[in-house]
Amino acid sequence: MIHTFDVVIVGAGGAGLRAAVEIPKEYSCAVISKVFPTRSHTGTAQGGVCAALSNEEDDNWLNHAFDTVKGSDYLGDQDSIEIMCQDAPRAVIELEHMGMPFSRTPEGKIAQRKFGGHTKPEDPNDPNSKRVAVKRACYSADRTGHVMLHTLYENCIKNHVQFFSEYFLTDLIVEDGICKGVVALDISTSEVHIFHCKAVMFATGGYGRVYRITSNAHVGTGDGVALVYQSGLPLEDMEFFQFHPTGLWKLGILVSEAARGEGGILRNANGDRFMEVYAPTVKDLAPRDMVSRAIISEIRAGRGVKGSDGTFYINLDLTHLGKKIIDEKLPEITGFARTYLGVEPTKESVPIQPTAHYAMGGIPTNSDTEVYSDSKGNLVKGFYAAGECACVSVHGANRLGTNSLLDIIVFGRRGGKKIAEYLKTAERTAFTGDPSEKTKEKISKILNQSGNERTSVIRRELQENMMEKCGIFRNEKELKEMKELIKQYKERYNNISLQDKGTVFNTDMMETVELANMLDIAETICDGALNRTESRGAHTREDFDKRDDANWMKHTLIWKGKDGSGTTIDYKPVAKTRFEPMERKY
Amino acid sequence: MQVTFKILRYNPEKDSEPHFEEYTIEGAPTMTVLDCLHKIKWEQDGTLSFRRSCAHGVCGSDGMKINGRNRLACGTLLKDINTNKVITIEPMPSMPIIKDLVLDMSDFYAKNKSVIPYLINNNPPPADGERLQSNEDAEMLFESAKCILCACCTTSCPSTWSNENYMGPASLLKAYRFVFDTRDEAADERLDIIDTPDGIWRCHTIFNCIEACPKEINITWHISQLKKKLSDREL
Repeated sequence: MIHTFDVVIVGAGGAGLRAAVEIPKEYSCAVISKVFPTRSHTGTAQGGVCAALSNEEDDNWLNHAFDTVKGSDYLGDQDSIEIMCQDAPRAVIELEHMGMPFSRTPEGKIAQRKFGGHTKPEDPNDPNSKRVAVKRACYSADRTGHVMLHTLYENCIKNHVQFFSEYFLTDLIVEDGICKGVVALDISTSEVHIFHCKAVMFATGGYGRVYRITSNAHVGTGDGVALVYQSGLPLEDMEFFQFHPTGLWKLGILVSEAARGEGGILRNANGDRFMEVYAPTVKDLAPRDMVSRAIISEIRAGRGVKGSDGTFYINLDLTHLGKKIIDEKLPEITGFARTYLGVEPTKESVPIQPTAHYAMGGIPTNSDTEVYSDSKGNLVKGFYAAGECACVSVHGANRLGTNSLLDIIVFGRRGGKKIAEYLKTAERTAFTGDPSEKTKEKISKILNQSGNERTSVIRRELQENMMEKCGIFRNEKELKEMKELIKQYKERYNNISLQDKGTVFNTDMMETVELANMLDIAETICDGALNRTESRGAHTREDFDKRDDANWMKHTLIWKGKDGSGTTIDYKPVAKTRFEPMERKY
Repeated sequence: MQVTFKILRYNPEKDSEPHFEEYTIEGAPTMTVLDCLHKIKWEQDGTLSFRRSCAHGVCGSDGMKINGRNRLACGTLLKDINTNKVITIEPMPSMPIIKDLVLDMSDFYAKNKSVIPYLINNNPPPADGERLQSNEDAEMLFESAKCILCACCTTSCPSTWSNENYMGPASLLKAYRFVFDTRDEAADERLDIIDTPDGIWRCHTIFNCIEACPKEINITWHISQLKKKLSDREL
């Protein structure tokens, strides 16, 4: 079946929905999503969305920009970071006007709380004075992402946006540098649908599921990012993957930084507040990459708490906050601790461990979400990307907490605006062949191949080894082993035989297509990590433990190898405006 | 520990009607029912279909009937149910089955849309700031805004079972979310929509919705506030 639209947005999380709201009514717009929109992963964001509103204390957007640049370990593009932080107050106020419910200050303004890595100079007249934590994260209890997602979905209902829910993206059609549409399967029937349009936006989210312990939903398999790579286009900075320091032990379910923003403290087996050693000024509110490394370092030094199964964790102590703060400001995450670990956070510490959380890398775009086709700044006509799947890059080597919700509303809107401008003159270009051919081949191959491999077995091995060899600490030996393993998984993939050969809601087949996507994503993370011989932000090489600005102050672009195997790497400079790189201490 | 599940299966391509199939797995008290379904799907029977995403009770994808009660599979741990007996898993009632535990929820979503589920305020907002709202007024919305649209409440309601046109507790809760928002101006329009025989008056305060809600929302209380508002309006 062929559908004709002006614009097709793939993904119905915050970025996709915000872009959809922005498309003027005179243009036809479809949003395709693997899940019903409110099931999208934006809904699991908890602690807040940052903007220098100064509702609780003096602040300004330059403080926010400085923190974001420093948090990115100077790999973030400063021009885009300035755009995002300057636009943040407007973007958050706009959400309020759309109906998003926020926690409030006594004056009735949007309430704000502290968050990791968000600071301001202690002396407002001296920008070089010691920096202290600042209340910048705007929040709605600890359900900020949930109410944001629902508010944006509701505004899409208001604007009569057309949804194709439970449609699974299988192909991106780019011919002669022009993006002409996408192909997707209706999951409930397996029918192939071609979407022929003038503009495509990917807002397809992240890929935390390549790791064993992750806060990411099962749907976070990086389908959009992988399709870009499979289409012969480059991906940017894939080696930078953030581990959130506080996932529930063994489960990886997110415990928001808001827990520490409200005063929670990390303690090792001796009961010591170890972050005082690693980040003397902001302590537990250091950025995520540093706290995650600190946790693993404590465990490696023998100061982890030994769990019932012999694995180690660290304690997150909230007991001193009191029941009132816990119930009012952290109800959701303390509920998770009770449900899943049987721990009562008002009385005992919550066992945590770092959890794979956020992809800083992704589809390279400019600050208007237009997708780059190479390292020289050329664009793919009619193709846009926003949100976690994109790499603008505003997060560089490490994202600050709350900047992801900000990223999706700022760049979702900018993308929508840019698309609207493009549509004024754009034309729908004819396909050169049958665009559904590749999808049909891919599906029929998976359904008909035989062998004794199972999707779930290969996926589990991939996830466990990515955790071990390509996680928080990395080195050449293990990365090379991982590279070899991925090659083997790709071979074994051809011997997977499915049990479900039907056409109705065949999730067996869908998971198998997702696995192919995950294998490609893992390949780019691993090769990028092996190639980058320095430590920066979330990428920590034990064999190259210093940041190396002379050689590595640049973005990685990675392509699928020309002969269909391996990868090709090139680089792109980091955009600098006013912030000079310095040593990253907190 | 060995745990046995009896799962309702239905594949419209093969089956004329739904039937149960049994699976036994090695479980542990801390495993969720979703973990168990994954274990069955990934190790025994890849043809089993169900929806899931976040796996910790936020996305609302995996509502199903577990031992006769509507719950989220990801929010139900084995230690909280009787594992000495066979555990029965069925799709939630009152919605057409697409396959196995996957339901066609389009009617549920359409009812959610019918209550005008978005803020309406025709006065321009302040040019440079938020609309003010007291924290108390904001918190009046928080419980209703917790709703994850899992449909556990609506499909557990006897009024829904006996009348497919009933709006159901989830859409009434959504109506509350906006009627009681101090920033909203369309309360009357929404009250008109729910003030119908198949609307709010079909709620006979049976409380099944509260028992079923995985987010522990006191749905009946919220509906009672709407009823009160309607009766105040008549005065």
